[in-house]
Amino acid sequence: MSSASAPSLGRSKLAVSPQAISASRAAFVIGVTLLMALAAYYFVGVDEGTTSVFGKTLVLHEWVHDSRHLLGFPCH
Amino acid sequence: MELRIVLRGALSGAFAGLLGFVFATIFAEPLIDRAITYEAGRTAVLDQLNVAAGRTTSAEGPEIFSRTIQSTVGAATGVVAFSAAMGALVAVAYVVLHGRFGVQPRTTAWLIAGFGFLGIYALPFAKYPANPPAIGHDFTIGTRGTLYLTLVAASLILLGLAFALARRLQRTMTQVAATVTAAVAFLVVFGVLVGLLPSLGHLSANVAASTDFGFARAATETPQPITNILSKALTIDGRQYAPGQIVYPGFDADLLWKFRWYAILNQLLIWTTIALVFGTLLQRFLSGPAEKPAPAGGRPADLAAAR
Ligand SMILES: [Zn+2]
Repeated sequence: MSSASAPSLGRSKLAVSPQAISASRAAFVIGVTLLMALAAYYFVGVDEGTTSVFGKTLVLHEWVHDSRHLLGFPCH
Repeated sequence: MELRIVLRGALSGAFAGLLGFVFATIFAEPLIDRAITYEAGRTAVLDQLNVAAGRTTSAEGPEIFSRTIQSTVGAATGVVAFSAAMGALVAVAYVVLHGRFGVQPRTTAWLIAGFGFLGIYALPFAKYPANPPAIGHDFTIGTRGTLYLTLVAASLILLGLAFALARRLQRTMTQVAATVTAAVAFLVVFGVLVGLLPSLGHLSANVAASTDFGFARAATETPQPITNILSKALTIDGRQYAPGQIVYPGFDADLLWKFRWYAILNQLLIWTTIALVFGTLLQRFLSGPAEKPAPAGGRPADLAAAR
């Protein structure tokens, strides 16, 4: 991540290797968070509507139904 | 460090979602109930019309959870999960972008949340606004979903490009001129995109359905009045309806306006709360003692000095 090096310029006390470790750690944290956030967005807004990964049981759709309308997602 | 920031983002989002849920319970749920009542009446009339005309009736969807469950824990799950995800995304954007703009962390958080509100909600809303129950045809949900998600993605990308353009123009222009130029460029491109995307009422499935009862041609899927589209009179519940006569009214315009208004306010509340809480947590976290990983609050003396 190029972003990890930008703030580290100001912290010259740190050695190089911890920075490299923290950079890959940062990439991991960012990746996992992105995945979880997009999954939440998908399951609240889209699943068992536009497309479905768990089959068309409509259980999830019914559960989050009101929020789906309120949050602006297309619904029935 | 990144994990702590992301957790603060998700926490801010969850808190924003709780507020959003309370708001929705007070203001939006009564409207949703009214819309469902309208929809139920509409479905009943459509069934009667189709039976009277010797046409097939459409099957009713199953009710898995009661309305009480849907409007309380169900709605809470959805709004809180959505908001927590948005808070986490704001935090991720902060981790990726911080330190580049030469502004306070709090200001960066507000900028990102503003971008999120516009790109994820407000701009797509301009073409495909939020709808209460009763609006939206079952048989177009696939197309509508694809169009909506496409517009969300496009809005975010175009906003990002506009921001990059503004930053580039600032090298040769004043900040105001650069911002205005980039904003105008954005509006032109976004306007063309919105013009090119189809209106939902004009989808081919809706054009095809316009020979059915209750699906009169319109630019949107907002229910039009149900009329007797046959050339002979029909008798429903002992009342006779002449050709062209209205059997059931269209969707209440004031109800639709209110629902959309509260839907926008709800999102404004969510994103503002994320910006406010995350910005504050971030500022406190970052102004804590730099050497040792400080507890979330930092020492009061450091806080005072940092402000
Ligand atoms: Zn619905």
